[in-house]
Amino acid sequence: MRIAVTAQGVDLDSAMDPRFGRCRSFIIVDPESDKSEAFSNESVTASGGAGTQSAQFLANQGVDAVVTGNIGPNASRALEAAGIKVYTMAGGTVRDALQAYRAGKISTVTGATVDSHHGMGRR
Amino acid sequence: MIVSVASGKGGTGKTTIAVNLALALEGTMPVDFLDCDVEEPNAHLFLHPVLETSERVTLPVPSVDESKCTGCGTCAEVCAFHAILSLGGRVITFPELCHGCGGCARFCPEGAISEVPREIGVVETGWAAGPAGQARGIRFVQGRVNIGTALAPPVVKAVRSKAGLGAGKDGGIVIIDSPPGTSCPVVASVKGSDYCLLVTEPTPFGLNDLALAVDMVREVGVPFGVVINRAGLGDDKVAAYCRQESIPVLLEIPFNRRYAACYARGGQLVSDFPELGDSLTGLWRRIRAAVGPLSESLPREGDTAR
Repeated sequence: MRIAVTAQGVDLDSAMDPRFGRCRSFIIVDPESDKSEAFSNESVTASGGAGTQSAQFLANQGVDAVVTGNIGPNASRALEAAGIKVYTMAGGTVRDALQAYRAGKISTVTGATVDSHHGMGRR
Repeated sequence: MIVSVASGKGGTGKTTIAVNLALALEGTMPVDFLDCDVEEPNAHLFLHPVLETSERVTLPVPSVDESKCTGCGTCAEVCAFHAILSLGGRVITFPELCHGCGGCARFCPEGAISEVPREIGVVETGWAAGPAGQARGIRFVQGRVNIGTALAPPVVKAVRSKAGLGAGKDGGIVIIDSPPGTSCPVVASVKGSDYCLLVTEPTPFGLNDLALAVDMVREVGVPFGVVINRAGLGDDKVAAYCRQESIPVLLEIPFNRRYAACYARGGQLVSDFPELGDSLTGLWRRIRAAVGPLSESLPREGDTAR
């Protein structure tokens, strides 16, 4: 089981990034061993296809679930096809997100929560 | 001879210059008018063309034969636009992200990907009536990209592929009304033209965006000059910039409320103000002198479909 959290930094105390495709980094955690690894997101500056590129990256990493703020239509379709569950929550740190996930306090979403290009030009 | 009319800033008078240059030269040589501002074409408001043909513009997008696909992921690796993904052995496509490069079909080791057309816009051709109601004065081409489609350059290229006899030859003129700005649709409009007119206005915004447009035109290697519209409205900084950069200012059109009123009702400036017709004929002579004789055998990049 591997969980990804979209983050604005590289460790568990960094703030979650509410954007999926254009988040600063993905922190991938194995909840059983608590080992975590940070990957900077190559699609931050992509001209297009940031959501699909990010979904491909998580699929290649063998991730089972992702916790983020919002999800757009292309990313949502790609993650669903990859069998990656999407959880959303508003704000907090990566550690908060993992605790909420473990405690079952956040639920999965199906479909997009925002329109295309929602995460562009907002920081 | 292909003359593109561009600007950095929008609303400086590209369409006004392009339309009235076409009207000033009509009858003296074959004139093709190409409205390449495919996101919001407006030259038809002034030229009132009778359209005769309408063709769909399509882009080749991938279609995957799942019985042949082995899920190797090569297609997803080669796609620069992340329009095709390989997820756990299953391939999914996002046609609206696809730029139609054909890379996925080319590199699929199983031959599982074919290309199917996706409609992204339309290109229309016709004629604007000539003086005294002649049926065929200016040959007119315009493109329109479908609403919600973020892919103007292929539609621009489709418009340019309809350039007729005047393209690349000395005996006629193809006038391209470009979109504003400096991005891909503008590059697709300006690239491969013999000369580019950059229309600006003597204001801080006009100057800022002119400098961006100059960088773009220099990058694509097209000779260019500046037309200052609404001259006298602002300051002298555009003129000073052009002097400093050794850019020829080919024409200044004075700021005149009556010109604006003519434009606003869809009028043709050269009919209402004959002195502007003379100015535009002079502009053409200066372009002609700057370009020199054309070689007819040069291939033009703007004419390719992809």
